[in-house]
Amino acid sequence: MRARLPSTSLLVALAVVALTAPFWLTNPYWLHVLIMGGIFAVLALSLNLLLGYTGQLSLGHAAFFGIGAYASALTTLKLERSAWEGLALAALLAGLAGWAIGRLALKLRGAYFVLVTISFAGVISLVSVNWMELTNGPLGLPGIPAPELGPWSFRTKRAYYYLVLAAVALSYLVCRRLVGSRIGRAFLALRENEALAESVGIDVTRYLVLAAVISAAMAGVAGGLYAHYTRFVSPEVFLFTYTVTMVIMVVAGGKGTLAGPIVGALLFTALPEALREVTSWQWQMLTYGLILVLLVFFLPRGIVPTLSRLRKSP
Amino acid sequence: MEALLQHLVNGLVLGGTYALLGIGLTLIFGLMNVVNFAHGEFYTLGAYTAFATLALLGLPFLAAIPAAIVVGIVLGALCERVLLRPLRGESIDSVMLVMIGLWIAMQNAELLGWGGVAKSVPHPFPTKPLVVGPLGIAPLRLFVFVTAIALIVGAQLVIHRTKLGRAMRATFQDADTAALMGVRIGRIHTATFALGSGLAAAAGALLGPIFLVYPSMGDLASLKAFSVVILGGLGNVAGATFGGLLLGVVEELGAGYISSGYRDAVGFVIIILVLLLRPSGLFARTERIG
Amino acid sequence: MTLAVRDLAVRFGGVTALDGVSFDVRAGTITSLIGPNGAGKTTAFNAITGYLRPSGGRVTYDDAPLTGLRPCDVARRGIVRTFQKTSVFPALTVTDNVMIGLHLRGTSGLAAILAGARRVLEEERSLRGRAGEIIALVGLEHRRDHVASALPYGEQRLVELAVALAARPRVLLLDEPAAGMTGVEKDTVSRLIRTIRGLDITVFLVEHDMRLVMGISDVVIVLNHGRVIAEGAPAEIQTHPEVIRAYLGTGGGAAGR
Repeated sequence: MRARLPSTSLLVALAVVALTAPFWLTNPYWLHVLIMGGIFAVLALSLNLLLGYTGQLSLGHAAFFGIGAYASALTTLKLERSAWEGLALAALLAGLAGWAIGRLALKLRGAYFVLVTISFAGVISLVSVNWMELTNGPLGLPGIPAPELGPWSFRTKRAYYYLVLAAVALSYLVCRRLVGSRIGRAFLALRENEALAESVGIDVTRYLVLAAVISAAMAGVAGGLYAHYTRFVSPEVFLFTYTVTMVIMVVAGGKGTLAGPIVGALLFTALPEALREVTSWQWQMLTYGLILVLLVFFLPRGIVPTLSRLRKSP
Repeated sequence: MEALLQHLVNGLVLGGTYALLGIGLTLIFGLMNVVNFAHGEFYTLGAYTAFATLALLGLPFLAAIPAAIVVGIVLGALCERVLLRPLRGESIDSVMLVMIGLWIAMQNAELLGWGGVAKSVPHPFPTKPLVVGPLGIAPLRLFVFVTAIALIVGAQLVIHRTKLGRAMRATFQDADTAALMGVRIGRIHTATFALGSGLAAAAGALLGPIFLVYPSMGDLASLKAFSVVILGGLGNVAGATFGGLLLGVVEELGAGYISSGYRDAVGFVIIILVLLLRPSGLFARTERIG
Repeated sequence: MTLAVRDLAVRFGGVTALDGVSFDVRAGTITSLIGPNGAGKTTAFNAITGYLRPSGGRVTYDDAPLTGLRPCDVARRGIVRTFQKTSVFPALTVTDNVMIGLHLRGTSGLAAILAGARRVLEEERSLRGRAGEIIALVGLEHRRDHVASALPYGEQRLVELAVALAARPRVLLLDEPAAGMTGVEKDTVSRLIRTIRGLDITVFLVEHDMRLVMGISDVVIVLNHGRVIAEGAPAEIQTHPEVIRAYLGTGGGAAGR
């Protein structure tokens, strides 16, 4: 599929805004929101590879996020290695988990794929609570160090912002290159018509596993970034709420588009924060649920495809 | 040995309500092809209805279960008409997203309405267990088990002995043919979703007095219902009954002999294993209803 | 270079769909498989291409076994099929449909793609060129950037054909390529099938339209109740007593219709 890319001038403008944000965004709180938005953008991009391109809904994505967060945290805390090695291990272990899920769910589609991914996340979450020696159980792991690069530390919000921005850019690039290639077309073929895809020689199960591995590894990196930013992980990283948030971001932004997940992630990180002053967490979640229902009814393709169609036919 | 028997008894009591949950879900999943993530919320709803009837209105204990069933049926029918009927023919994914939305909305509405503090449902049964030989069983648990079985038998009668049940079975077999024969599919879907939700609410009203009632209690209930459906096979009511009892017993044994921390992992592991090894369910030769 | 089917049997529970079927599809021919409804034609296609595991018998191409291979591996050997019901990648453009069909002609691996290697870009450009040629071959140049599901029925069937051709078949199995088409469209399909044979591709088709079958086939194989009841040139088949009986007996109309 020829990916619908935004025009170059728009891309340059966005890059300038993103690169200068810490300088004109003086309120550190909003910088924090942007950092979280970036981490969620990586997550949403990763979920979109599966949901948007191969058409398989993974409701276990919080597991890959959590595995990444714990892997990175434990690498620095127990193995006393650098945060970079932690992030690499996060990608590796989460990717491995993705491979396992992909292999397990090879033949399963639709509802059954969803149930296996949910169950997998459930088991992992219970392990994180019960394996006290490794994870410190519900108390969590405090004191995770921030990454350092030679003399520089990423301890400040401003520095961390650039780290996250780089991760978002890298994830976007990975998705864009994949989607525009024969591998991305194989993903789409699996979503669009599996039997036909096989008839022209596409090994759909192989590509489903590949999509799961790449997607999980990206989510794992997001988990690692989260751990080194908040300096604390607990079994809460496995909360189903994270998965639902990712799904809403992808569906609202536009599944199967490159820009959609990023738009969705920024919107649904900023919106709850903006509402925090006026409403309680419960109201926000209630609204989330209703938004998901309304999206399916009134904006099933998502924001980005709807906007780009409006632009084409004024 | 005595411990084993005791675990078996406790497991069967739990399993009876799991079966109720599973029957409701297997009907909805099998007949309407709807992956009902909000199923557990109807269970929560039933539990809160029981709490409201008993603790707030002060009605007699036996009124709680019919009240929960009625609330479940009414709200279930409403959800089907408003949310699911317009989406008939849409992809299963769209419907799944709507059900996830409903689940989150219902749970947080309950959180707003009742607060996060767990409530205990009053009941008139003595706490001293009935002792039969080496086994002890609390009278409340015995009542729950007997009522669950009675409701399961009732659901079976509805499915096998009534005109509605016949239309439901016909729709499950082949919706197009059933429609040609004059079955009004829309109504059958409403009835199925209402019946399934009513059974889930009954399960909530039954387990509410044994455990505590809190807004997120439905999450685990959904999980258990799904494992029961997968154990029993899609649309297989008898399979769901056995699946529910089996899940109750296996959980109880797992918690007793392995680790209570992993009690709830049993359901997840069952889902994964059964889907991988025998996707049509343990008790199913072919997919069927009834 | 023969597609050889030997004693192929398929049973579903107690129902026998194929009961020991044997025939050859010789290289360079247009061979048709006909028979009344329920004779087992599509079942035979499914069993040959790996979509169905046969209960017995074997299929070979160029003496190498195909039985037991997955559909994608069968396609890799050059045996490519189409489907009875319209089967395209609905939300994608015609060009993208054909690009997916070209999957096996691409060689770029994951690492090169992620690195954005120049080789990948060049391959992409050349594949796009080939896609254009194939689209031109089936006469859909003007639809290149249209979404497949938005095309009229007849053109969707042509997209399907283009996708199959893109997979570089040595034997092309067409399941009712002209079903539901108008007379003019059927003529287009006949001409296309001849063109395809001219490209050194063996064509094996299931089709109900007898005028089309008798007009283009070199060999016709007749299936009834899961068995081959006749095989030969169109002229022989049209007068074959058992074939006429099979068609009249099931109310399917005369073979020479």
